[in-house]
Amino acid sequence: MEKQYIELYKANHELIKEHAAPITNVSRDDAMAKFERLGFPTTKHEDYLYTNLKPIFSADYGLNFKRLDFPVDPYKTFQCDVPEIHGYQYFVVNDGFYPPKENANGNLPEGVIICGLKEASERYPELVAQYYGKLTSQKEDALIAFNEAFAQDGFFMYVPQNVQMDKPVQLINIMRSDVDLMANSRNLIIIERGAKAQLLVCEHAMDDLHFVANRVSEVFVAENAIYEDYKLENTHSKTFNFATVLIDQQESSDTLTNLITLNNGLTRNNIEIAMNGEDCKTELCGMMVGGNEQQIDNQTMILHNKPNSLSDELFKYILDDKAKGAFTGRIFVEKDAQKTLAYQLNRNILLSKTAKVRSRPQLEIYADDVKCSHGATTGHIDEQALFYMRSRGISLEEARLLLMYAFTADVIDNIRIPTLADRMKFLVEQRLRGELGMHDGCSLCMH
Amino acid sequence: MLEIKNLHASVNGKEILKGLSLTVKPGETHAIMGPNGSGKSTLASVIVGNPVFEVTKGTIHFEGKDLMELEPEERANEGVFLSFQYPVEIPGVSMVNFLRTAINEQRKYKELPAMTASDFLRYMREKKALIDMDNQLTNRSVNEGFSGGEKKKNEIFQMAMLEPKLAILDETDSGLDIDALRVVAHGVNKLKTPENSTVLITHYQRLLEYIVPDFVHVLHDGKIVKSGGKELALELEAKGYDWLR
Repeated sequence: MEKQYIELYKANHELIKEHAAPITNVSRDDAMAKFERLGFPTTKHEDYLYTNLKPIFSADYGLNFKRLDFPVDPYKTFQCDVPEIHGYQYFVVNDGFYPPKENANGNLPEGVIICGLKEASERYPELVAQYYGKLTSQKEDALIAFNEAFAQDGFFMYVPQNVQMDKPVQLINIMRSDVDLMANSRNLIIIERGAKAQLLVCEHAMDDLHFVANRVSEVFVAENAIYEDYKLENTHSKTFNFATVLIDQQESSDTLTNLITLNNGLTRNNIEIAMNGEDCKTELCGMMVGGNEQQIDNQTMILHNKPNSLSDELFKYILDDKAKGAFTGRIFVEKDAQKTLAYQLNRNILLSKTAKVRSRPQLEIYADDVKCSHGATTGHIDEQALFYMRSRGISLEEARLLLMYAFTADVIDNIRIPTLADRMKFLVEQRLRGELGMHDGCSLCMH
Repeated sequence: MLEIKNLHASVNGKEILKGLSLTVKPGETHAIMGPNGSGKSTLASVIVGNPVFEVTKGTIHFEGKDLMELEPEERANEGVFLSFQYPVEIPGVSMVNFLRTAINEQRKYKELPAMTASDFLRYMREKKALIDMDNQLTNRSVNEGFSGGEKKKNEIFQMAMLEPKLAILDETDSGLDIDALRVVAHGVNKLKTPENSTVLITHYQRLLEYIVPDFVHVLHDGKIVKSGGKELALELEAKGYDWLR
């Protein structure tokens, strides 16, 4: 299985490099060597017990090394008509950044840079070189190495010191192709000291084809900075989405990561948040409403490396039919990370006998003055509550909906952009009613 | 209004009701008394269609309709209401959302248009004032963190909102101190009209000092063994249930 990619790289590495920025080429051969050494993890690997990569990566996909023209103009196809949500809007089509029309976003706050990673590497080489690969190079992870070998472009955001973004940034990842396609994109996000940014990532697939996306993001959040990262996936059953997000937090920084999956095929989120300074705060949460054969696997790691930090983690799944969910919540508290507060909760509702969920809290605590808690529950809809509601005239269907909706409420409440929270409530309700289509537009933007 | 004939019902294969018959006419208040385990709560649950209980024999008609043919929500929308002995907590579902859904489901059933948000809030304010319901309770999730007394009061508040034709109050007095009991009974009396009927299920005579029944029935081992006027309750209080065995 690995062989076809190793050979593909051998045959095309010059072409790949030719169409990529020099900074991103430096580690490319080493990354491929690392991938060759590691190989794809099998389901015997502890981190991949519930996600089988083999059938996904064994198939044939097109890869666009030559950077052929974009097969779509997203600005024409995607009309966002909820201006208060979309903020500064950008598109990555497959694995390439699609440059916005001039003035499409008005003026960004002073000093803020948002562009493609390739463009950033060429125009701001010193800035990019300072950060690119800093987090990934330490990882022994085949998918990250694979991404580093093949990724040529992606999304770049730089928010300089003390700049508070006035509007959220929306990044729309679109899969669009005429053949089954694989996209490896690479994102680099730098939030400097005292700055603040909110990023909303939307995942979409336009064609009824098989898509594999392997996206890796490195995020640097400096002292006193605030960074919020929302991801909404509304793709289709043939989309296999791998997203690795590595976040480096410095002293007194605050991050929020909220991952919401409504329609998809298989999604694997690898989230690692390292609190490398004191007094950090991180909230990590997610939710999945899954039916048919949808699969979600959230693999999370929170590292308390310094004292006095708080982490709060919450994941909730509602699974029907043959949907499968997995959650691994690792929390690592370093020896001198005293006064750590770490909370973790995973709650799941299974609506059918064939839906499955695996929950694994894994806490490793080496400090002695900490408060850590974790919990995992999996169950069915509360029959007593259902009957109580029915006895008040509420139909079975509506009562189930109210209960499921209530179940997801605390994840949605953890969205700090009010207009986005309202829109998300609407989308979740639609999804619970089975009325949310996997339309080819941006579901956040459609009425 | 309510006509129960020869009702047999069981739970997990164990027969609890063993041939119960009861007729309630519009405007009447009936009290059903009896010792623990006599089947009082089972009767209430069966009337509103709790799926835990299985009716093996007999009929229940409400305004001429066969209740056994109706789902719990349909029974509710026909005008049958149960004040639960143990009201259920529903975290995450706000009282407002819960009641608005219930009201609008009832209106849909009656082929009436949904109530607008502002009409609903006005309606809710009226009913809150009527039974003296605390504002902060309606801002919370359904029954979540409510005290025993608050839960019972919330049942009566829901009854006020839904305006049922037949209200069954299952041990509404249990767990209430005398002040809370008075408040709850007062609410029930305020909601009484010449048309609607009430069935009080209670262990003690105490509640009947506040809500005066027209008829008292004694339930024993799944059957009504004695019926009479309100004076029967006093007799029971004095002599105990053993007197009837």
